[in-house]
Amino acid sequence: MSSIDPGELLQYLINGLALGSIYALIALGYTMVYGILKLINFAHGEFYMAGGIFGVLAIGTLGLHPALGVLAVLVACGALAMLVERLAYRPLRNKNRIAPLITALGVSIVLMEGFRVVFGAQPRSFPQLFENTVYDLGEWFPSLEGVIVQQTQIVIFLVMLVLMSALSYIVLKTKMGRAMRALSFDFDASRLMGVPIDRVIAFTFFLGASLAGIAGILVGMYFNNVEPYMGQLAGLKAFTAAVLGGIGVIPGAVLGALALGVCESLVVGYGQSSYRDAIAFGILILMLTTRPWGLLGKPQREKV
Amino acid sequence: MIDYALQLLPLLAINIILASSLGIINGYCGLFSLGHAGFYAVGAYAGASITLFGFPELMETWPHLLLLLSSLGGMVAAGIVGILVGVPCLRLGGDYLAVATLGFGEIIRIVFLNFAAVGGATGLTGIPQLATTRTQTWFYFGAVAVTLWLFRNLINSSFGRCVIAVREDEIAARSMRVNVRFYKVFSFVIGSAFAGLAGALFAHFQQALHPSNFTFLISVQVLLMIVLGGLGSQFGAVLGATIVTLLPEFLRFSETLAEVQMLIFGLVMVIVMLWRPDGLAGLFRREAGPANKKDAHAVA
Repeated sequence: MSSIDPGELLQYLINGLALGSIYALIALGYTMVYGILKLINFAHGEFYMAGGIFGVLAIGTLGLHPALGVLAVLVACGALAMLVERLAYRPLRNKNRIAPLITALGVSIVLMEGFRVVFGAQPRSFPQLFENTVYDLGEWFPSLEGVIVQQTQIVIFLVMLVLMSALSYIVLKTKMGRAMRALSFDFDASRLMGVPIDRVIAFTFFLGASLAGIAGILVGMYFNNVEPYMGQLAGLKAFTAAVLGGIGVIPGAVLGALALGVCESLVVGYGQSSYRDAIAFGILILMLTTRPWGLLGKPQREKV
Repeated sequence: MIDYALQLLPLLAINIILASSLGIINGYCGLFSLGHAGFYAVGAYAGASITLFGFPELMETWPHLLLLLSSLGGMVAAGIVGILVGVPCLRLGGDYLAVATLGFGEIIRIVFLNFAAVGGATGLTGIPQLATTRTQTWFYFGAVAVTLWLFRNLINSSFGRCVIAVREDEIAARSMRVNVRFYKVFSFVIGSAFAGLAGALFAHFQQALHPSNFTFLISVQVLLMIVLGGLGSQFGAVLGATIVTLLPEFLRFSETLAEVQMLIFGLVMVIVMLWRPDGLAGLFRREAGPANKKDAHAVA
């Protein structure tokens, strides 16, 4: 085993944080929906895929101004999620917990295959929204010669931080946020207190899916590749991130996602890149069996 | 045409075993497992390895015995992995169990992808067919008959009653001194072992294996079979497996329909859950099946 080169390590950390930021944006939606409905929304990764494909269509094919395009993607993904919630999840809300889970799997397949049939299976390249300048850290710190930061990575990280703060503001300071917290604390008591449950849940889906949609745009710019099957694995990894951080906890989702991104990047860099996807699932199982409430969550007892 | 239909029969047998084995885990014990493809893979690779590397002398003299041995070997291997996965995972409730088993299923697949001795990413080829197609088909349906008979007896025994009690209300079952944990692990291991049997049969039918035969989508497809047929019904599992196996063959007559096959499967899953949670078998019986009941502990 050779000694670890600090520059190389830093490079993996940078790549891992960028990847983790994308997982974080998806994980936030997972964690909000789970916090309120106790439903693992398996279809959530598909909103991220939809964001990527809508982004290519809006900005690339239709040629909208990037800002307008991003806004259109946000609304489209959010509306898609509200539609899914209305048609597939709301009718099952009072059933046991298995039925909605099976439905969510079905919705995931419908969205994935639906997008493939309508828009084609071929991977698409994403239009560049800005010039991707590449910075070599060696310019400022000579010892770090060769460590590269892409402008896209910086943008991804900053966008994630801004959106996480905005989301925290919504959840902690606004009336709608208070309603969301009330629902996740006690569903039935909130209903009795006059919280408009349907509207709050629809809003939660809208918010979560638009964050995932932004992640889809960002990943399109980062890897320059968007295709209908990209949502499945990313969704499962984002779920892992949410579990790692403590499901239902917003800062936990971000922390878990960044940790997962860095882990993956290190495994690819130092070990076996073919085990890259196994790492996420390994972490998931380890967390679920030893500390299912996550890094930042609190343990809960099952009530009769 | 007839020849083509006959070729499908072994696959039908394999899918019936797969569906009814998941039916034990998911339909009767109420454990939502999404890792069935993993156990299917373990059985397939174990069965193929026994045939290829286990008893070279038997291949000439007693090929039928070897087929039986590989099938049993696949079962035992998948059962052992079932214990290893089940014991830590089955402490988890409902949806957490689903993702944990999903994770294990994927890890098993990735391990086979990197396991050079059984072909790794290039796949395992050259698995011999150990009987004539005719004998093989009979053997496979014999396996189906034995599986269904065993499951029926199991469900109607006191053992099976306890398993169903665990599904219906875990806390009530525990207060009746039903050893909840034991019955969960027990049904999980039985289900996994028979998925392994299906895997071993699949290996000798397909005569080549690749990790991409055992993705998460396969688990979902098996789930679709039992959801469509009706959770908690053996007849439903057989019916669902038959439809999901044969439907793509009918869709193949039209190019557009074949193109949207998976889309149809997804839609069927959603529609069944929304309007017929008891599946097709629910049309033929009175009392509500597991998917149609309200959560025992829901307040509203």
